Amino acid sequence: MSTVLEKRHRAPARTPAPGRARRRTGPSPLMAVPALAFFAVFAVVPLGGVAVLSFMAWDGIGDPSWAGLANWAAALTDPATYHAIWLSVQVMVLSWLVQTPISLLLGVLIAGRGRFRAVLGVLYFLPMLLSAAAIAIAFKALLDPNFGMSRAFGLDVLSQDWLGDPTLALYVVVFVIAWQFVPFHTLLYQGGVRQIPASLYEAAQLDGAGRVRQFFHITLPQLRYTIITSSTLMTVGSLTYFDLVFVLTGGGPGDATRLLPLDMYLSGFSGNDMGRASTLAVLLVVAGLALSLGLSKLSSFRRGSQLEGA
Amino acid sequence: MRTRPNFAGGLAGLVWLGIVLVPVYYVVVTSLRNQRGFYDSNPLSLPSPPTASAYELVLENDFWRYFLNSVVVTAATVAIAVAVSLMAAYYVVRGTSWFSRMTYRGFLLGLAIPLQATIIPVYYLITRAKLYDTLLAIILPSVAFAIPLSVVILANFLRDVPNELFESMRVDGAGDWRMLLSLVLPMTRPAVITVAVYDGLNVWNGFLFPLILTQSPDQRVLPLALWSFQGQFRVNIPAVLAAVVLSTLPVLALYVLGRRQLVSGLTAGFGK
Repeated sequence: MSTVLEKRHRAPARTPAPGRARRRTGPSPLMAVPALAFFAVFAVVPLGGVAVLSFMAWDGIGDPSWAGLANWAAALTDPATYHAIWLSVQVMVLSWLVQTPISLLLGVLIAGRGRFRAVLGVLYFLPMLLSAAAIAIAFKALLDPNFGMSRAFGLDVLSQDWLGDPTLALYVVVFVIAWQFVPFHTLLYQGGVRQIPASLYEAAQLDGAGRVRQFFHITLPQLRYTIITSSTLMTVGSLTYFDLVFVLTGGGPGDATRLLPLDMYLSGFSGNDMGRASTLAVLLVVAGLALSLGLSKLSSFRRGSQLEGA
Repeated sequence: MRTRPNFAGGLAGLVWLGIVLVPVYYVVVTSLRNQRGFYDSNPLSLPSPPTASAYELVLENDFWRYFLNSVVVTAATVAIAVAVSLMAAYYVVRGTSWFSRMTYRGFLLGLAIPLQATIIPVYYLITRAKLYDTLLAIILPSVAFAIPLSVVILANFLRDVPNELFESMRVDGAGDWRMLLSLVLPMTRPAVITVAVYDGLNVWNGFLFPLILTQSPDQRVLPLALWSFQGQFRVNIPAVLAAVVLSTLPVLALYVLGRRQLVSGLTAGFGK
């Protein structure tokens, strides 16, 4: 399994055709300038800028002023920071535990040929088309204890105040994030399964291995790079995810779903404390990089058994 | 691959299908009710009779302006991002110097920058440049964050274009621009479509940049409009959900017209 991103990280060396007069065959570097300029100004510079701003006091309106380590000292002694980190860790782990098995099984299911699978695939992708704002609003209406879905089935179990209960709200957030992102990861796994050589399954069938054994001894080990790619995108994504939670709960009830990115936004743009917001942003970047690096280290493990039971 | 039907897998697949479709169905039927019907009827029953009153209400409330804003922002972002990314991809694949390799590596690393973490400096830059509360304020950073993946996908596609084509055009004396327009662009068309769809979907559904960089209703894009409709029509759920349906229609139309390109655009090279 190789993703485009893992394929050939090096531009292949160019060998100029022999015997031709020496002329420049490659394009001018000016070709890359517009893209580099855009990316430098609005992504690279802000990334450095957020580190600088984490050492400054700024209310978002006036001019930033130097503050030394004050933001860091304040953020690292504030229980609210650890609360936000803890919530983010919970959402990250729960998201992975919920989304990975479902996406993997669905991906295997619709990787096969056949009309039924094709139709399933078409319908599965619907959530990918919707904006996070639309999904959040739909689920808010759906989960309303008085007028939502609870009335459809007449089950008291369903008429909880899903988004008003601090314990339940976090699980609802995890579920709705899964609803939005399972299709994407299903697509990844579908692509991964389609790249497994059919001869492996034929050999296993001759040996009399059943479907379950084939899944654990062929499908799962063969999918290990897909699992790592998907898990990286899933965990880093859930860490920095903002839109859906913001519209769904706004961080509430209380601060029950005030995850790191939400805490950052609310501290900065509602609380006018851009210094604190910047320190949280730096924490986000560091955590995201650490996760990506840690998971890419995993992919250097050569033994499929490492991932069995994942 | 397999012959016997897999009942367990099929059943699990159908359960998830229900989880996907029930909310979608709920949104559509609820948007076709009037307020009375919404309070009185079972949420899963068909509206009797279906009414478009919720849609009328949404369309009377500046929906077209928000829709147009979204179209402008998405079209401009995709056009700029695809153009500059294609130029950069051409350079990183055909360039011969260390700088072209560095450029490619730089964009690969750039994939790891989360846009959420940069919003405060971006906000600072936009306000200082006197661009706050304009559509351009959304377009500029959106282009920047669309570039890395676009360049990587286009470059990987361009690598498979045979060397001889470039060489023979060069011998004919074609300059960089002619190479780009009459060789690179036609050869990478499928990848260009993929990238355009992926970038377009991201921008169309984008929420955070509009949220922090615009303020007035005049500059509101659809995802932000949905959020404000929610406050405006607090008790009129059918109207809120009608706005949700309307904001999704263009993407659905795209889905119907070019499902294959869209699906390849959705995974944008992560899986293939």
